Amino acid sequence: MCKPLKQIVVVSGKGGTGKTTITASFAALAQDIVVVDCDVDASDLHLLLHPQIIQTIEFKGSKLAVMDKTKCAECGLCKDACRFDAINDNFEVNPFLCEGCGVCVVVCPKGALHLAERVSGYAFISKTKYGTMSHARLNPGEANSGKLVTLVRHNARQIAEKEKCNLILIDGPPGIGCPVIASVSGVDVGLVVTEPTMSGIHDLKRVLRLLDHFQIPSLVCINKYDINRKNSEKIMKFCEKTDVKVAGKLSFNPVVTEAMVNGKTVVEYSPESMVSHEIKRLWEALLHV
Amino acid sequence: MIVSIASGKGGTGKTTIAVNMALSLKDVQLLDCDVEEPNAHLLLHPKINKVKPVYVSTPQINEELCDHCGKCSEFCEYNALFVSSEKVLVFPELCHSCGGCMIVCPKKAITERKRKIGTVKMGVAGDIELVYGELKVSEPMPVPVIKEVKKQIKDYKTVIIDSPPGTSCPVIESVYKSDYCILAAEPTPFGLHDLRITVQVLEKIKIPFGVVINRAEIGDRKVYEYCKEKGIPILLEIPFQRRIAELYSRGISFTAEMPEWKVRFQKLFDEIKECVNR
Repeated sequence: MCKPLKQIVVVSGKGGTGKTTITASFAALAQDIVVVDCDVDASDLHLLLHPQIIQTIEFKGSKLAVMDKTKCAECGLCKDACRFDAINDNFEVNPFLCEGCGVCVVVCPKGALHLAERVSGYAFISKTKYGTMSHARLNPGEANSGKLVTLVRHNARQIAEKEKCNLILIDGPPGIGCPVIASVSGVDVGLVVTEPTMSGIHDLKRVLRLLDHFQIPSLVCINKYDINRKNSEKIMKFCEKTDVKVAGKLSFNPVVTEAMVNGKTVVEYSPESMVSHEIKRLWEALLHV
Repeated sequence: MIVSIASGKGGTGKTTIAVNMALSLKDVQLLDCDVEEPNAHLLLHPKINKVKPVYVSTPQINEELCDHCGKCSEFCEYNALFVSSEKVLVFPELCHSCGGCMIVCPKKAITERKRKIGTVKMGVAGDIELVYGELKVSEPMPVPVIKEVKKQIKDYKTVIIDSPPGTSCPVIESVYKSDYCILAAEPTPFGLHDLRITVQVLEKIKIPFGVVINRAEIGDRKVYEYCKEKGIPILLEIPFQRRIAELYSRGISFTAEMPEWKVRFQKLFDEIKECVNR
């Protein structure tokens, strides 16, 4: 009961390498964990874990400048001062370009502008049959996904504390920018899922550098390693040279997509398939880091 | 004409479509706006002839003039400034470079300094002009790098934009002002879910769009049903073929080895042109 809290994040750099498929299977294999989906703009984990929402939290990530045309003297000061080109020639604010900085508000001599809070998404706490889940949904086209990720992770830690649970499993977003940084900061282990393609290798290297920058121990998993064995060898060699452990290799298997179509995790849909055994071994390896 | 390629889900074939379309057309400028993980150059192997650093401005405090009144940190919506009774701390990664702190400082104690957050690379691959950005690892904000890539647009050319995955600000920045957007989708439940969100984004910013289905036949028919129901044109289907996947894994674009596909991409482009001109 006194085991310290451990946080594991699954990332990849490149999208579509299998993060969510693997995380969902881990959730099914684990007992009593908190599952977190930090891909807040294109989250998919819920399609396999079928959470039942028990709490919804409004996310007010950024503000938006609002113009009162009745007060505007059309002097153009706001337009000149805005570095995001968010005010057009008719002195209207473009909500897609406005970053809510408030510069227009301070430069307007007529007090025609103010900052309004906008709801840019929702965070959820849900029940799944594998444990409690913390996830979110950023409204399409909104900014500040990093802040929402931070909220989702904060919720996860609170749940873990309340439920006396000592493992948080995080499905991360693709890329290396703000939502990824928010997903990996302060975790204990980062599992990087890569694929044996030139892009997979390129993106793996960048995301490993990111984890290294934040001093997060990393492990690598080569997904669909058999679609190009030569490239898989290259990844193995690269990891050996840079002292990163390859914790597992997963074979290509159409059953993975089949499981997804059926809304199930692979390890439950096809427990005896080779890939399910490989995922189980990977999970064991991860737990023993 | 500017055509962008987007998709909420990663790994659905955005770069494959962008590069193969570029290889099938004449007088193309290809912009890779996925500056977090740019991949188009891995398929095109360009000769780079220009590298440009990307800078953002962050505040610099003149402690001699500063009286620690705290107005700057009060103003900053991004919490990039912290003022104590003796010192001002600047957190450059949080700064959006709006310049507001300089405006509100009554002592004129704030100036700006440039900080490098990435690079833009320009080069050629055969007839294709390639521009791509690289966000420095550990920098959180890709948008200024994307803006710099898009500054290189030559609108007398056919411009193809490869955008990052997702549906948030970097995607908006990438597809903004394109005449048409191709959505790369995979016929799976994940593919459908993320396609729906991307469609909402494009409807909001009012860019016409159509779908290219990649790895056709791997999953189910729901993406097709959804497109039919919404009246979204399916512009092309790229089958799931081991050969295509294998060529991609080696960094080879499949139209180079399977030239019959060039005609299909040309047809796809003609269809888009017709839609835009209508």
